[in-house]
Amino acid sequence: MKNVISSADLSRKEIEGIFASADKFKKGTAKTSLKGKIVALAFFEPSTRTYNSFDAAAKKLGAEVIGFKSDIDTSITKGESFADTIRIISSYADCVVIRHKFDGAARFATQVTQKPVINAGDGKHEHPTQSLIDLYTVKTVFGRVDGLVYGIVGDLKYGRAAHSLIYTLTKFKPKRVHMVAPKHLRVEKEALSSIGYEYDEVDDIMDVANDVDVLYVTRIQKERFADELEYEKLKGSYKVDNGVVNALKSNAIIMHPLPRVNEIDREVDKSSKARYFEQAANGVPVRMALLDSILGGKNE
Amino acid sequence: MSEDKLTISKIRDGTVIDHIAAGKGLIIPHILGMNVDSEDIFTVLVNAQSSHMGKKDIVKIQNRELKEKELNLVALIASDATINIIKNFKVTDKRKVVLPKHIEGLLKCLNSSCITNNDPEATTSFDVVSRAPLVLQCSYCSIDMNELEILNQLSGK
Repeated sequence: MKNVISSADLSRKEIEGIFASADKFKKGTAKTSLKGKIVALAFFEPSTRTYNSFDAAAKKLGAEVIGFKSDIDTSITKGESFADTIRIISSYADCVVIRHKFDGAARFATQVTQKPVINAGDGKHEHPTQSLIDLYTVKTVFGRVDGLVYGIVGDLKYGRAAHSLIYTLTKFKPKRVHMVAPKHLRVEKEALSSIGYEYDEVDDIMDVANDVDVLYVTRIQKERFADELEYEKLKGSYKVDNGVVNALKSNAIIMHPLPRVNEIDREVDKSSKARYFEQAANGVPVRMALLDSILGGKNE
Repeated sequence: MSEDKLTISKIRDGTVIDHIAAGKGLIIPHILGMNVDSEDIFTVLVNAQSSHMGKKDIVKIQNRELKEKELNLVALIASDATINIIKNFKVTDKRKVVLPKHIEGLLKCLNSSCITNNDPEATTSFDVVSRAPLVLQCSYCSIDMNELEILNQLSGK
């Protein structure tokens, strides 16, 4: 594994290897170290969880971290191109983690640097490391990813985390996947063309609530809408509240890549089904496993 | 070919693009940059009779052999076209156009937030995900482009 740009870049075997490694990092039994390595975090778009969990993961492994959290602090503001920025920062580091507002930016970065590139979210396209965290969380709860019923809810048109989850699930054998979204926010036809598992598209969470094992909720991506009026019309289209929680099976879980706005009521946080904070915490061990795999950590 | 019976004359040297689906021949000069301002001498025969296709279009270009990039453009519009290289009134080479697996730089991605529409160094790249019907997928943002969208873009609509 060199670059992680799209969910398609990872085989099931590689994903399971990352999960096994993440388990060791979580338990503190892994002995590998990235001492002497430098990880560049090139975040051209705001981030809290992804930036900080990559930062923490690299530091826990003993690597140094360089980079930026926003293009405001870079020479982009002086007119430097994205390509030149990547050329320069990658020349100082052993790998580059990139977040950018344009779809395909990370793929393009692989053409201007020989260093490994990790896609930490490119526009509305993909967020492949998020789906690793998502499915790792599912595995820690259920002991498996296969054979479960998933309900992926929300902005399936613009949501990159949802896209990557839909693609990554093609490497597994979900029992079925319900894609729950208002008509205007349904998955683009391209994302559905390569799906090998059973799925359907529905409007209302309540239609599938008693069937799902994993309810994966996403935020409506306000920043991806060209027309703010369209966002205003759709922003309250769905909400997970205690009514939904009570309709779920007793062992079902609720996940969210975060940040949330209003799509999950705060009262749901108290439910044992709410696993989104645990999911966010899993960002560190999973990203440790990924960095270790790409940069070839050495045993201490 | 039934050109012997056609009302337009043979060319001495150049390229004849045959077996173009009827109606698409008029776009070929446009995508190859041939117009009243260019030096090219060319003929477009529309709705010619064809025993295999019923009707077909033919484009004859004098004193010019098409380059690889130009052949790829023709293949995007007319995937069944035949290229005949003519030298001294004789066909010296005859082959079908072949649509490559990847199309580099010839088309613009339809997604305005694709990196290829926002960085001057990012050249467009598409994977051919289906040949019939033709569907291309942007190698960067994964957005599809269908036959009509390709045709509209290449014909400037």
